[in-house]
Amino acid sequence: MILVVVETAAGSATEVSLESVTFARALAERTSGPVHAVVVGDERPEDLADQLGRYGVAAVHHVTGDPFTAYGGGTWATAVAAVREAIDADVVLAPGTPRGMEVLAHLGARYDVPMAANVVAVGDTGPLVVTRQVLGGAVLEEMSMAGRPVLLTVAGHAVEAAQAPDPAPPAALRELSTDVAEIDLVARVTATEPAEPDRSGALASARVVVGAGRGAGGPEGFDGVVELAELLDGAVGVSRVVTSLGWRPHHEQVGQTGSRISPELYIPCGISGAIQHWAGCASSKTILAINTDENAPMVTKATYAVIGDMAEVVPAINAEIRRLQS
Amino acid sequence: MTNVLACIKRVPDTAGEVLLSADGQGLDARFVGFTISAHESCAVELAVRIAAADGGSATVLTLGPADAVEQLRTALGVGCSAAVLIEADPAAFGPADVAREIAAVVAAHAEGGRTYDLILLGNDAADTGDFQVGIRLAHELGRPVVNGIRTVEVAAATAVARGDSLDGEETYRVPLPAVLTVLEGGVEPRYPSITGRMKAKKTPVEVLAPTREPRGSGRVRLTLPPAQPNTVEVLGEGPDAAAAVVALLHRMGVAR
Repeated sequence: MILVVVETAAGSATEVSLESVTFARALAERTSGPVHAVVVGDERPEDLADQLGRYGVAAVHHVTGDPFTAYGGGTWATAVAAVREAIDADVVLAPGTPRGMEVLAHLGARYDVPMAANVVAVGDTGPLVVTRQVLGGAVLEEMSMAGRPVLLTVAGHAVEAAQAPDPAPPAALRELSTDVAEIDLVARVTATEPAEPDRSGALASARVVVGAGRGAGGPEGFDGVVELAELLDGAVGVSRVVTSLGWRPHHEQVGQTGSRISPELYIPCGISGAIQHWAGCASSKTILAINTDENAPMVTKATYAVIGDMAEVVPAINAEIRRLQS
Repeated sequence: MTNVLACIKRVPDTAGEVLLSADGQGLDARFVGFTISAHESCAVELAVRIAAADGGSATVLTLGPADAVEQLRTALGVGCSAAVLIEADPAAFGPADVAREIAAVVAAHAEGGRTYDLILLGNDAADTGDFQVGIRLAHELGRPVVNGIRTVEVAAATAVARGDSLDGEETYRVPLPAVLTVLEGGVEPRYPSITGRMKAKKTPVEVLAPTREPRGSGRVRLTLPPAQPNTVEVLGEGPDAAAAVVALLHRMGVAR
C-alpha cells in the first residue's frame, strides 16, 4: 500500500502532486497494493476524488478539523501519520515541494526512519534502493532505504503526470480527523499576505521566461530584458549573482536556491549556466541562449543560440518584434 | 537577550563541471573550493542580527572535518561570538546522525548554563539536499519547528518568522525555544570587516568528538546524470540575428 500526500490549489491536485501519483502507480505495479491519497484541510474533496480516480488512486483520505485550517508542517505530518496508520501503508510519498519535504521530514523524525528527498527513480526493491538528485540535480545518489515506512519525495518532472490506462472510477472518499500536539499547533501559519501577481509563483508557471545574468553589467542593464519579457507575455528570471549583487529582487531568482522553472521557452541572456542555475532551468522545453561566449555551458546546452552582447542583441529583438506588430 | 545557535555546513563551491571521486562516494575534491551552504549564510546573518538587537549571543556550529574551521571563522568574522566544531567525516553521517549530534551539543551546553532560545539551520544543504536536519533536530529537542523562513525577529519570547509559499507571504509566531530553517533571500549576508577577521582569528573554537556511532546516510554511490547529447543551432551573431530570433518566436507561437 502506497500513500501519496496530495497538495491542492483551487480545489484540484497540483501538477507535481499528479506526478507523484503517477510515480506511485508505477511503484505499486512492482510492489503490489493500491495507491491511496491523503489531502489535508482542503474544503472541496469531491472534485479531487474524481480527478485522482482518473490517475489511479483507489481512495482519498480527507483529514479535516480545526487544527488543519492553517498550514503547519507538524500538523500535516500528524494528519498523514493518522492515515498511514489507519491503512498500514508501507510507503509514503509526497511531491518534492517545500511542503512535501517538510511533512515527510517530520514523519522521518517521528518514525525514526530515513527520508529520501527528490527521488527520480526506484531501483532494486529488496532492499529498496532509490535514485535521487543531489547538488541541485548535477549529481545523482543511489540511496539504500532501511526501515519502514519508506518515505520519499518525488523530484519535480521526474515523471510526467499521466492518467491511469484503464478508465477508473472516482476514488472512494474517506473523512477523518485527529488530534494534534501543542508543539505542532504553535508552528502553524498565523497570517498570509497574498502574493503579488508578478512574484515567483508567476515565474514558476510562466510559458516564456527571459533570463539575465552577470552579462547585464549592472542594475540598469535589465531594461531590454524586462521589455522582451513584456512583449512575450513572459516573466523575468535572473541568476544568483544578479540577486547577490542586489541588481534584481530575490523572487526573480532561478536556480537551486531560487525558483524552478519549466517554460515552453527560456531565453537566458548573459548567463553562463553554472550548475546552480541549471538546476532551476533544466526543465525548460526550449532554450534560446544569448551570450558572448559560444563555449559557455548555457550555450552548449541550449536548443538555439545567438552569439553576441545581450546589450545589443536584446534591443534589436525588441525592435524587430515591435516593427512586425505595427 | 536571545541566544541563537546557527548550524552551518561546509560544502563544495561548485559552479562548472562536477567530477566524482574514483570510488563514487563523493566529489573529486582536488579542484573544488569550499564554502558555507547559501541558505546557512543567511541563517548566520539572521543570528547575528537577532543577537545584536537585544544583547544576546550568536554561536555557530558545524559537523565536519578539521578544515571546516575555515567556515566557522567566516561566521565568527561577521559577528558570531562562539564556535563549535563537531569534528567528524560528514560523509559517514546521515541527516538523523547530524541532528542527534547537534542535539547532544545543545543538551551539553544547557547543562553548563548556556542555553539556545533559537536554533537556525539552512532549509537544505547545497550538496546532500536532504531537507530534514532541522526538523529531526527539533524532534530530538522537543521544540517547535518551521521550515523555509526568510526573515525572523524576536519579541516577547516569540519568534516572528516569515516565508513564502504559493499562497503568498506567510507569517509564523512561534514561542521560544524553537528551531527554524532558513531560505536564502530575506537578508543580505554581510562581509567580514577587518576587525571582524582579527577577532575571528583569536576566538577559540570548541572542538568536540561525536557522541555515538553514526548510522550513515544510506548512500550506495554517486553517479553523474547521463549527458544529454545536444547540438545547438546558432541563429546568428550580434544584433543582426534579431530577424532570425523573431522568426523563431513566431514559429513557436510566443510572439504576437
